[in-house]
Amino acid sequence: MDKKLTYLDGLKQGLPICFAYIAVSFTFGLVATRNGIPVWLATLISATNLTSAGQFAGVELIIAAAGYFEIALAVFVINIRYSLMSLSLSQQLSDDVGVFKRLIMSLFITDEIFAIASTTKSRLNFPYFLGLATTPYFGWAFGTLLGGLINNVLPERLQSAMGIALYCMFIAIIIPPAKKSKPILLCISLGAIFSCLIAFGIPNLSMGFSVIIASCLAAALTAILFPVKTNENDNTDNTNFLPPTGGVL
Amino acid sequence: MIYQIICVIIMALASFLPRMVPLVFCRKKVKSSFLKSFLYYMPYAVLSALTFPAILASTGNVWTATIGTALALIMSYFKINLAIVAVVCTLVVFGFGFVF
Repeated sequence: MDKKLTYLDGLKQGLPICFAYIAVSFTFGLVATRNGIPVWLATLISATNLTSAGQFAGVELIIAAAGYFEIALAVFVINIRYSLMSLSLSQQLSDDVGVFKRLIMSLFITDEIFAIASTTKSRLNFPYFLGLATTPYFGWAFGTLLGGLINNVLPERLQSAMGIALYCMFIAIIIPPAKKSKPILLCISLGAIFSCLIAFGIPNLSMGFSVIIASCLAAALTAILFPVKTNENDNTDNTNFLPPTGGVL
Repeated sequence: MIYQIICVIIMALASFLPRMVPLVFCRKKVKSSFLKSFLYYMPYAVLSALTFPAILASTGNVWTATIGTALALIMSYFKINLAIVAVVCTLVVFGFGFVF
């Protein structure tokens, strides 16, 4: 229990996450470059964002030539769940972990890294967290690069069919949890319905804002109807923040 | 190109700030049940709203797109890995592209 976790412990525990990340970011690289994002830029996005849903949404908006504010808001809204994880980690860290170390840690909070870091039995510390994040971080960037390079050798006709790949992935992310949870099913149904209504009802509204409005409405309604149950006195109350994707994100 | 680079910087900030602010500045727990629930449901809502109706226009042919969408829904229902779903749907759309 009181064994101090080391950088090496983290490194070992991060490896499975790394492999999962390579697979997903490979697809990201493929999709992004297929849509006209240069390989180096796609890799840069992965290296600076380290988030899948946010990156996918951001890239989609870049392709649609959306405005800066729109992109900022959309990516922010998607990533806002990290605030909860960050908040939870903050409570597990000892107070003597300084601001600089906390800034570094902030770069690497993802669903999976959070899931592992927050469920360790020993007290969370900075070197361990850094070790945990090391291989997933590079795996994420490397997979993107690989996917981007491979896209360049694919035939043109196949590339145009790939327009649907991104959305198929979104569907593959949201459907499995919706099977297990009625509120989530309601939430994604509302999201889709509102989004369609707004898109067809107000055709002049840009896509980014349409998505933001639709998703805020859907999430708010679901939150009112089905509040997430929380355990009041449990400090390691993380189950609520665990990957909505149930896996790789 | 400059547009794209600025976008990436904005995305990086929008990814960093939600992670950084609580870890650096907050040590308190979120009390509001509504806020917790809202944040919990948000990713699903966003991904769903992003997908529909845009997916139908994603291939340039509404028929192949509809087939791809249906296939993605079915495969996802059976919890098939997201990369496989994306690849199979792409290939099927590609195939039907010759038909429609």
